[in-house]
Amino acid sequence: MIGLGHFLTVSVLLFALGVLAILLKRNAIGVLMGIELILNAAGLNFVAFSHFLGNLEGQVITLFIIILAAAEAAVALAIVFSIYHGFETVNVDQVDQLRG
Amino acid sequence: MESTSYALVFYGFSALALAAAAVVVFARNILYSAFALLATLFGIAALYAMLGADFLAAAQLVIYIGGILVLILFGVLLTQRVAHLHLRVTTRQALPALVAAALVALVLWVALVQRAPWPAPTPRPMEPTTAALGEALLGKFLLPFEVVSIALLAALVGAVYLTRAPERDR
Repeated sequence: MIGLGHFLTVSVLLFALGVLAILLKRNAIGVLMGIELILNAAGLNFVAFSHFLGNLEGQVITLFIIILAAAEAAVALAIVFSIYHGFETVNVDQVDQLRG
Repeated sequence: MESTSYALVFYGFSALALAAAAVVVFARNILYSAFALLATLFGIAALYAMLGADFLAAAQLVIYIGGILVLILFGVLLTQRVAHLHLRVTTRQALPALVAAALVALVLWVALVQRAPWPAPTPRPMEPTTAALGEALLGKFLLPFEVVSIALLAALVGAVYLTRAPERDR
């Protein structure tokens, strides 16, 4: 029988893979994909709790997560494009103008 | 019988989502990562549907795959030189990152799945959620709904401002 624990396990693994993407990727867009994985893990948690605790509020929160993820992706990609114009690279290691 | 097929579908879509997420992380080519993200998002949408969240599953497909993923693909194609060499992603310090992520997973799993005293589950019956979600958005959650609309507008204007061509010095 599939219970809350199964969905939480999937979400934990998804979260860890998102953290790994953020740590490993040198490409700014790869880091962004890691953030999307983490947001999805959070959303899956909310929907799972919403289902197993028998109310709808988790689903509303997940809807807000999806909307804010869209806004985040738009602004983050705009920043990546600006960085690309200025530095000719999207490698997060090479964008280190503020390093002292 | 019905719970067996439910379990099979659950394991299938979970495996799809997690395997594709692993490809997102480990693919050497950023374009492969972007397409693997599609499979991950689709698997998550299927899990939403299995949890009785029909509207959210559709929203996930429309907004994530139709919107965010296309945006990310645009980002990949516009910022990489198309020569194959530059699509490659280099990684550094892979081992410490792997250890850190595995530790995060272990701690979260023990804390969330093994230890946490969740109340006994009382699954909601599988019924359409769209009407109830609409009433929640325009009732109990009216203020967050309006705030999120303003945040979206601000993000739209901000993104346009950030990407416009820099003005040349006269």
